[in-house]
Amino acid sequence: MSRRTLVTVVLVLGVVALFAVPLLLDGGTSEFAGADSQATEAIEETGYTPWFESLFSPSSSEVESGLFALQAALGGGVLGYVVGRLRGRRAAARAPEPAENP
Amino acid sequence: MHIAEGFLPPLHAVGWTVAAAPFVVHGARAVAKEVRERPENTLLLGAAGAFTFVLSAIKLPSVTGSSSHPTGTGAGAVLFRPPVMALLGTVVLLFQALLLAHGGLTTLGANAFAFAVVGPWAGYAAYRLTRACGGGLLPGVFVALVVADLATYLTTSVQLALAFPDAGSGLAGALVKFLGVFAVTQIPLAIGEGLLGVLLFRVLTVNARPELERLGLLRPVAEPTAQEEVR
Repeated sequence: MSRRTLVTVVLVLGVVALFAVPLLLDGGTSEFAGADSQATEAIEETGYTPWFESLFSPSSSEVESGLFALQAALGGGVLGYVVGRLRGRRAAARAPEPAENP
Repeated sequence: MHIAEGFLPPLHAVGWTVAAAPFVVHGARAVAKEVRERPENTLLLGAAGAFTFVLSAIKLPSVTGSSSHPTGTGAGAVLFRPPVMALLGTVVLLFQALLLAHGGLTTLGANAFAFAVVGPWAGYAAYRLTRACGGGLLPGVFVALVVADLATYLTTSVQLALAFPDAGSGLAGALVKFLGVFAVTQIPLAIGEGLLGVLLFRVLTVNARPELERLGLLRPVAEPTAQEEVR
């Protein structure tokens, strides 16, 4: 394994560990509620009532998670397309051109 | 860092919208200029937007037993300078406010100020500082993403504390309360985001070397391919 590949593997494992460790360590005691909704609850405890409602709210958590997945898929798709094109361009620039130089 | 719809008093909502608007308009012009004058960078511009699109969609568990999401705005700020991210970040927030009921239209200004203005600028400043101190591109990217992430959540905490000062302990007490919700949770996420940024830029330094040289992130070398193969 080249040094470059090794560094990549270590970086990926580091990212996975950062988010797997909190899940494994807590042993199922935490709900992992969103920090955003915790802030909302803290505000509501002060007696504040919101004065405006979202124009559109996903009707269930399934629809909501689907839309979040859509957002990630759009971003991931575009990112993959760009990296793929850049890699292809580099490969094309490095490869000899047998058709034109027989 | 998404302040929910209607969760800022009208005066604060208007104030933050007025504060964020010039940055977003300036950012829109910066994006248009980039595409018009340097069309060869459009691919990378798409990558910068896509990176923050993915990262801000993924909610991750943290050591505090709650979960939150990274921001990904530091990558674009390093590549194209912060104004570009003022627009791209606001587009992400608008998508989430309209389709996901995450954040909101009345709080778009405040959220944009934290996510698309303060985050990218803080990350970019950290990047420049790292480079000025002799740090390389990848350490600079790591620091930029970590700082952009943390600065965004810090700003949200300040915004909420300003709007909802504690009855007893005032502004400081409220700031401690909201930092308690956001800050510690965010630290592992910020580090993870920094590592993902390093992974992205490792790919870019090899495959988009001409672009990075044109953008001034890498110094041109005589034999780029030979140099890269050593790594």
